[in-house]
Parts: sequence; structure tokens; C-alpha cells
Amino acid sequence: MRFYEYESRRLVELAGIPVTKYGFCTSAEEAQAAAEEIGGPVVIKSQVLTGGRMKAGGVKFADTPEQAASHAAEILELEIAGHMPVGVMVDPKAEVEQEYYAAVLWDGRAKRPMMLFSDMGGIDIEQVAEEHPDHVGRGHISNLHPISDYQAKEAVARCGMTGSELNRAAAILVRLARLQREYDMTLAEINPVARLADGSFVALDAHMEMEDEAVGRHKQVLGDIGVDLDEPRELYEPSEFERNVKAIDAADHRGVIQGKDHGFHGNIGLVIGAGGGSLTLTDAVRSQGGKPANYAEIGGNPSVAKSKGLAMEVLQKEGVEKIAVMMSIVSNTRVDIVARGVIKACLELGKDPAETIAIFRIPGAWEDEGYKILDRYGVEYCDRSVSMWEAAGRAVAKVQGEAS
Amino acid sequence: MAVLLNEDFTFIVQGITGREAVNLTRECLDFGSKIVGGVTPGRKGREVHGVPVFDTVEQAVENHGQAIDGAVVTVPPAFTKDAVFEAIENGIKLLVIVTERIPRRDVAEMVELANLRGARIIGPNCLGLITPGVAKMGGIGGPAKDAAKAYVAGSVGVMSRSGGMTTEISSTLTAAGLGVSTAISIGGDAIIGSTYAELMPLFDADEQTEAIVIYTEPGGRMEAELVEWREEAGSTMPIVAFMAGRFMDDEEMQGMSFGHAGTIVEGKEDSATEKIARLEASGIPVVERIDQIPDKVKEQLNG
Repeated sequence: MRFYEYESRRLVELAGIPVTKYGFCTSAEEAQAAAEEIGGPVVIKSQVLTGGRMKAGGVKFADTPEQAASHAAEILELEIAGHMPVGVMVDPKAEVEQEYYAAVLWDGRAKRPMMLFSDMGGIDIEQVAEEHPDHVGRGHISNLHPISDYQAKEAVARCGMTGSELNRAAAILVRLARLQREYDMTLAEINPVARLADGSFVALDAHMEMEDEAVGRHKQVLGDIGVDLDEPRELYEPSEFERNVKAIDAADHRGVIQGKDHGFHGNIGLVIGAGGGSLTLTDAVRSQGGKPANYAEIGGNPSVAKSKGLAMEVLQKEGVEKIAVMMSIVSNTRVDIVARGVIKACLELGKDPAETIAIFRIPGAWEDEGYKILDRYGVEYCDRSVSMWEAAGRAVAKVQGEAS
Repeated sequence: MAVLLNEDFTFIVQGITGREAVNLTRECLDFGSKIVGGVTPGRKGREVHGVPVFDTVEQAVENHGQAIDGAVVTVPPAFTKDAVFEAIENGIKLLVIVTERIPRRDVAEMVELANLRGARIIGPNCLGLITPGVAKMGGIGGPAKDAAKAYVAGSVGVMSRSGGMTTEISSTLTAAGLGVSTAISIGGDAIIGSTYAELMPLFDADEQTEAIVIYTEPGGRMEAELVEWREEAGSTMPIVAFMAGRFMDDEEMQGMSFGHAGTIVEGKEDSATEKIARLEASGIPVVERIDQIPDKVKEQLNG
């Protein structure tokens, strides 16, 4: 789960990390009041879940509260990469002496979180790591032991820092590490951490991502920072197809179906499964010149209604004449149930299953029963002796034969 | 000889009274596995297909009268960590975690404890492992007769991030007359108990295994780890890889997630193109089609 900048700021604050005075505002009047409260020059930032705010005009500087109000009014109306902002943040234009970078993220290979600290903050950390590796301090954290201060000090010291700066930076990093663990963040990043003229350290901009699987156990804190759990936070707006498939899936607990069509513009409807099988089959279709209209995943043992629902949604997509029903060898999903579902989908849409189903390649549990049903409707099917690649190739040939 | 399992290997099923676990128990027993108990807190005294059910792992071990080798964990995600800790602290050395959607922090804690206690975790979000003709531990391959059809004893070890594809690949190897020594569904999550590189030494030491097939996907750094292990260990066992999800490299797919939780590409290094190049450069051929695997394996064995 991704967070807006103001939500990340609130999380950082909750973790006891110092931040500057700021305001989250949903109107020009609120922004003006926030600017007055802060005093001095401020920066107004669009609150959207997408990058490139600066380039798009979503970040503006204001010297007076009145100017803050007029900038806020503009930014609140400004769409950025298809997203309307949920508000603006008003931040003081801080007098920064130096910028640092602090992050805690998972190191999948070490299977532990890793702390990262650099005295070259404010810029892309990957670039720093490449060009100035000695300015990036790292340290792994045990998953079982309490997180100790010394671990943060080690990481900060490894980027060459010392003195009171080391102690102040480490105090921030250790709190960030505790935040990452407590709230199951896949990424907890503060960039920049700033040293102000008075020597104090503050978090100026934070970026947090919570693991989706863990959202359920953090409802309390999410409520506290004002997150609406029903609000979608996808990279893009779900399409009608995606919404419909999701609704069909939610209506019945048996089995799992998922469908995506963002980025797919083809004419072959895919009714495929499961995780690995779907990836393999989508590749096989594309590598043989086919153009998938969608991506799908069938998992577990879905009911006839669910299989039918997925097939109907795929068939009703614009430009789709035929569907390919394919999976790797199944042991849990029942072949006959999927066969019934996809045939029913054709019939309900007034289509001939033999014409509409380009190929049916699902070998495994209850396959003989499934193949009997397919025989009855004259649908072309194959068992495990026909590879996934070959089945996909046959489907592509049929659809293209039709189109040419 | 086999990898991890043998004829005398004993295990329990945690969460044995759940619907999927009941099926899995039947399948494993039919395949010849020795399930010596099941655990579901509060259900002591019941039986599942003749397997006695206990409230705790401690009771199961006590009843068995000696150490139990393994556990299949099929409890809901919120309780998995506790179940795994319980099994490890009761002396169990091989854990297959079937449960999916477990938060990463929990998985990492389990793996760290397992390492401290000399135990090994397979999964989570996996179907387990199978040694044809010996035993299977988990739902891998499905009912015993289906599993026996796809998995025939042979010379190739299989490791796969996808449970279903483990069977598809093994079936292809079986049909080609190569057969399977041991096949392991390692799980599709971002953090798993045993990676390719962590399992390779077992296959390397196994007399039955002559070559390895891995199924992989974009996301993570497991292939790089495998390549490094191979060089450091000086292992000459041939490996053939299949990479699914090449389409995710397309610009239009950037930032989207498909398939397993571990398939999310977080950097340039985890893309399909990058991984294929890395594997190929280290002498691990990457085939484009599953049906090319047997010939490629034979070629490697004869080369």
C-alpha cells in the first residue's frame, strides 16, 4: 500500500522523528491559514500517488500567505499523470545546511531489513551508490532481536560521519528502522533528512510503502493517520473489465480468478491460470505473434459460475472474437468445472463454443470428464501431450486465420 | 538416496482439520508418506484419515515417541508464524509452509529462527516437495495417482517458484524418459525459506541427480545468487532454466504486478531480460519453451 506524502509525514512523526511544522490542506483558505501559521516562505505540494510532481507544476513556492492560497487553488485543480490530488501540503521553505538520505528496506537475499544512510541526500540514492559508494552506509537488522541504537550508529559511521551529526542522524535512522518493522513497510525512506542552521535534524520528505499482506493488522494506525481503506490506491484506475472480474471473484469464495487488461490491446481473450502458468502462456501467445486482450489467473478450484463469469467478461471485451482456455497441469482446479464454465459463457452470449473457444488445454484433475463435455460441443482440446507453447500457437493461428 | 526425503521420513500436518489439509493428508498417505500426527489446537482426539490429531506439536512428538522429521504447515496467515515457531522449538527440522499471503516480516522471523536451530523451511506459498517412488510432502502433484503420472523417478532435480509449473515441467521430463529425482516447489514470495542456491548443495551431493531444471520469474535476486554459488562451489552439475513473464519487460507493463508476490520488479536487475543474460553468461542456458527443456538437458548431459 502506497501512502501520500502527508500520510508518510504523519507516520514519521508518530515514530518520534522530528519534522518541520506543516499543513495538509484541501482548500486555498486552509493553505493560506497554514502558511500564516508557519510564517515565512513556504512550498505548496500536490498530494498525488505519482512521481513527476515538480515537472507537472505540482510543486510551487510562495513568499506570502496570499500567494500560498492562489498556488494551492491552482494545484488542487491540476491533474498529474491522470491523478487528481487529494489535497496539498504546505511546508516551510527550510534553511537547509546539508541534506542526507535515510532508508530501511528489505534485502531479499539476506532475508533481513537493511538500513541505508548517506550524507549525500536529496538526490537519487542509486546514483550515489554507484558513483560514491563510500558515502553510503549499510547495515542489516536481525528479525528476532530488538533493534539497537548501535546498529544505526554503525550504518551512519560507515558513510564517514562523526561528531554530534552522527548521533543526531543515528537517532533518526534507528527510529525509522523501528517504524519499518512495526508497520511492515516494504520501503521506509526519508529523503532528504535535513540539517538546519541550528544544527537540528528533521525529516523533510518521506516515502512509505506498507506490504499489502500486512495492512489488515495495522488498521488502528491507518485510521489514526486518516487513511480510508476503501479508497483504491492503484497506479492506474481499474478498468471496467478489472472491476467486473474482481466483483465476480468476491461473490463466491470457491477458487480465485483475477483479470487485468491494463496495457493489453489485443484480440485473443485469455482464460488462463495459475500464477506461473499465466505468465508462461502469456509469453507463449505473444512470442508466436498473438496479441492478448487481457491477462488472467485462475487459481484453486473455482465454481462453474466463476469460470463462466471470467470467460464472459473476456468475451465481452472489444475486439475479442475467440478465447484460449489454457493452464499448466492442474491438481486442484477441476478440468470439467472450467470446461462447463467456459461453454456456458459462450452459450449465454449466443456464441457457438466450437467457434468461440480457439483451444482448451487444461490437463489434470477430472480431465476425462472435462474432455467428454468439450467433445459434446465440438470444442478443440488437448491433453498434456500437447505443450503449452503448441496450444498457444494453435490459438494464435486460429484467431489470426479469422482476422485475415 | 534422495534430496531431503527418504522412505523413513516422518512428518506432521499442522492445521490438519482444514479442508485443503484433509485432502493433502489423503494424497500424501496414498503416495506412501509417513504422516505420524496432525495438529489443530482444540481438536485433540480426532482422526484425519487415520492420523491422530493433537492440540500441540509437543503432544504429537510425545505420542510418536521419538523426534519427528518434518511438518507441513497449512494454517491461516495470521497464525503461521506461531505454528512454525512451535514446530521448530519441538525439534522439527524440515518445514513446508503452504500458506500464502504471509507478511514478509513473519517469514523473515521464521527463517531466522530456523537458521538458529538448524532447521530448513520450504515456502511459504508453495506446494511442497516430492521424490517419486519415495514420498511427497505437501499437495505437489495432487492425488497420488495423478502425482505418479507426472512424476516418475529419474535423474533430473526440479526447483520452481510456481507450484503448478513444477508439475508441468516434471511431466515433460517424465514423458521424455528423463524422469525426476526430487522436485521442490520453493514458493513464489519475495522472501522464501530456501532459494535455488540454498538447495543446490543437496542436489549436488545427491547421487541420483544428474542435472537441474529451474523455473523462474522476474523479481528478486535468486538467479544472481545461484550463479554466484555455482562459481564459488565449483559445481559442474548442468542447470537448465526456464524464465516466464518476459512480457513484463514491456514498457506498458512497468510498475504492474503479475503472478506471485515475489514477481514485482523492483529494479533493473530483476527484469526477465537482465536475468536471462546473467544466467546465459554463466553457462546456464535459458529456454523459451517448456517443451525444449528435455532436449536441452540431454544436450547439457552429453556436452
